[in-house]
Amino acid sequence: MKMKLATLALGALMAAGPAMADLVFPSLSYRTGPFAAGGIPFADGYADYFTMLNERDGGIGGVPVRVIECETGYNTEKGVECYEATKNEGSLLYQPLSTGITYQLIPKVTADGIPLHTMGYGRTSAAYGKVFKWVFNYPANYWNGASGAINHILELNDGDIAGKKITLLYHNSAYGKEPIRTLEELSKKHGFELSLLPVDSPGQEQKSQWLQIRRDRPDYVLFWGWGVMNQVAIQEAANIRFPMENFIGIWWSGAEPDVLPAGEGAHGYKALTFTATGDDFPVFDDIKKYVIDAGKAAGNGDKLGTVQYNRAVYAAMLAAEAVRKAQEIHGVADINAAQMRDGMEALVITKERMAELGMEGFGPTFEVSCENHGGPGLVGVSQWDAKAQKWNLISDFKPTDGEVIGALIEEDAMAYAKEHNIELRDCN
Amino acid sequence: MPEQLIFSIEVFLNGLMAGVLYSLVALGFVLIYKASGIFNYAQGVMALFAAMTLVGIMDGQVPFSHLINATFGTDVHHFGWQLPALLSILLTAGVMVLLAWAVHHFVMRHLVGQEPIILFMATIGLAYFLEGFADLMWGSEIKTLDVGLPQGLNETIDEVTYNIFGYGFFIDNLDIVATVIAALLVVALVLFSQYTKHGRAMRAVADDHQAALSVGINLDFIWVMVWSVAGFVALVAGIIWGAKSGVQFSLSLIALKALPVLMLGGFTSIPGAIVGGLIIGVGEKLFEFWVGPLVGGATENWFAYVLALIFLVFRPQGLFGEKIIERV
Repeated sequence: MKMKLATLALGALMAAGPAMADLVFPSLSYRTGPFAAGGIPFADGYADYFTMLNERDGGIGGVPVRVIECETGYNTEKGVECYEATKNEGSLLYQPLSTGITYQLIPKVTADGIPLHTMGYGRTSAAYGKVFKWVFNYPANYWNGASGAINHILELNDGDIAGKKITLLYHNSAYGKEPIRTLEELSKKHGFELSLLPVDSPGQEQKSQWLQIRRDRPDYVLFWGWGVMNQVAIQEAANIRFPMENFIGIWWSGAEPDVLPAGEGAHGYKALTFTATGDDFPVFDDIKKYVIDAGKAAGNGDKLGTVQYNRAVYAAMLAAEAVRKAQEIHGVADINAAQMRDGMEALVITKERMAELGMEGFGPTFEVSCENHGGPGLVGVSQWDAKAQKWNLISDFKPTDGEVIGALIEEDAMAYAKEHNIELRDCN
Repeated sequence: MPEQLIFSIEVFLNGLMAGVLYSLVALGFVLIYKASGIFNYAQGVMALFAAMTLVGIMDGQVPFSHLINATFGTDVHHFGWQLPALLSILLTAGVMVLLAWAVHHFVMRHLVGQEPIILFMATIGLAYFLEGFADLMWGSEIKTLDVGLPQGLNETIDEVTYNIFGYGFFIDNLDIVATVIAALLVVALVLFSQYTKHGRAMRAVADDHQAALSVGINLDFIWVMVWSVAGFVALVAGIIWGAKSGVQFSLSLIALKALPVLMLGGFTSIPGAIVGGLIIGVGEKLFEFWVGPLVGGATENWFAYVLALIFLVFRPQGLFGEKIIERV
């Protein structure tokens, strides 16, 4: 009897303890709540890419990947709970897909020595690697987004937008307010007139804001929304017959669920992006073959090729590439979080490597360095075709205003360093 | 006429329309509170559940398909039909009656005679259960709801106001339809409660359920009926709000818009819900238009509550609520 109990206890211990021969990636997902429409495809894509690597290649460098999913409901407190619950599992990297959770995790990951990757969200100045050793936000951040939108408008107006009226319609939160500083600087530089229109969360009722847009008749509306705010804004824009090609959303406001409820009215709406659209890439053939057709998909397999699914596949690919780099640098396959950080900081994404991964042209090419954790900030523009019900990439991934953004990033990061008494890293 | 005044008239009209939408949600609360003294926290989630069920039935979605597929290894998602909107609405109304029966039979019946706070907490539990149940049944994705309601700028109003003011007003066709539907709904509810046997029984239960019981009114039936009517109101609210923003989890949050309306109009008055909704709608829109730009905008959410709190100070029972007199 004692022997049986001891065996059971040992078994339970082994089951409860971290499996050391895994590469652990917690997925702080949100499949429930008001933001589930964005959270579900992202969680599916993130898990499916790693499942594909496990099934096709036996993991990364021969070590299998284990994704631990923890439901946050896009709730900051729950996100922190998920972090605390999973950090001792040998976790290599966190990607919380929430600016609110990111802000809470920055000091925690810094203290615990676990990298945080906030791709296209979170604290923009985290791109400044001298201050934010454990945080990365390559390949683009919100300020790149703001600049990318203005660059697109400049292109449409032969480089002269002096006197143009541009309105920023934004989620009244830390996330929505992120681009304001950059847009104010760009407004001084290019001479356009910037007006700001906040919408309180969740954004179900925006009549006042759209009546104002109808009265003011801005030339362009830039849009920083998330969740139900996206669908309502696009519907309201269609209702007041705002020219949709002059309505440009950030990448979190430009997925299929955002435009489908507005039907034909959403035709021509634009969104910034740092990932390609559609499923015409060899990597998806492998995901279909090894994951979806094999019945191992995280969801029901119908999200493949959609905007948020693609973005998650890209996020997972960048994580896997950083693992490979870390394995190469340290000469071990079963890396730890500190080694993962080194891999991220030395990450190089080339056109050739993207082609090898079956993702040529899927995202921008870039390099990460000790100083620059944000990459070059290349941004593309996509446009919704309501008849074909698909997003089309209508521009290349182009550079943004590094001069303005670089200065703002450094200023903000230095203020953070001063406030938190952080010594600058020597990157020479 | 000064430009600001013209704009204010447009904002005022849009505020009235928004107010009607808030009233629609508030009506569901009032019905249940009047008949059973329960503040139904789950009313917003009922609107979500109703709208999800409607889309699911219309599109022939297999309920609990994720669960079925995960359990039995099948791959079923759709029945392959597309039902007409009207038939789907009727079937959904049937589902709401079933839900009303289930809520009463499994939850509320066991709590008869309990303190109001216990009943309120039961409805909080119900809201969370229903949220998860709706997700499990129909999935969390955003669904497009198209029951043929018109949307977008009303050309006639735009043209007429342009001829009068030199500026065409924007009034959304959907808001006009919502106003008509809300008006019809209120008339129907008033006729039902005043002139039908069951309506009078419902009022009797609302006045004193023990006295109603003593004259032979079947309390179980009346409470199921009240929850069914509230479910139907939730369905109407779900259709209109769902047509605006797609059917998604956030629909359940429209209940937050109903709370200040109830505080202002009173929890026991159907006209109160309507007038309260209109005051909140107009008040928040005009405040946003006049004061919003001075304070950075986004005033609507908090202004509605501030306005309701001010009313509470001077008239705690709301504009049309029954004054509570307790004699010692």
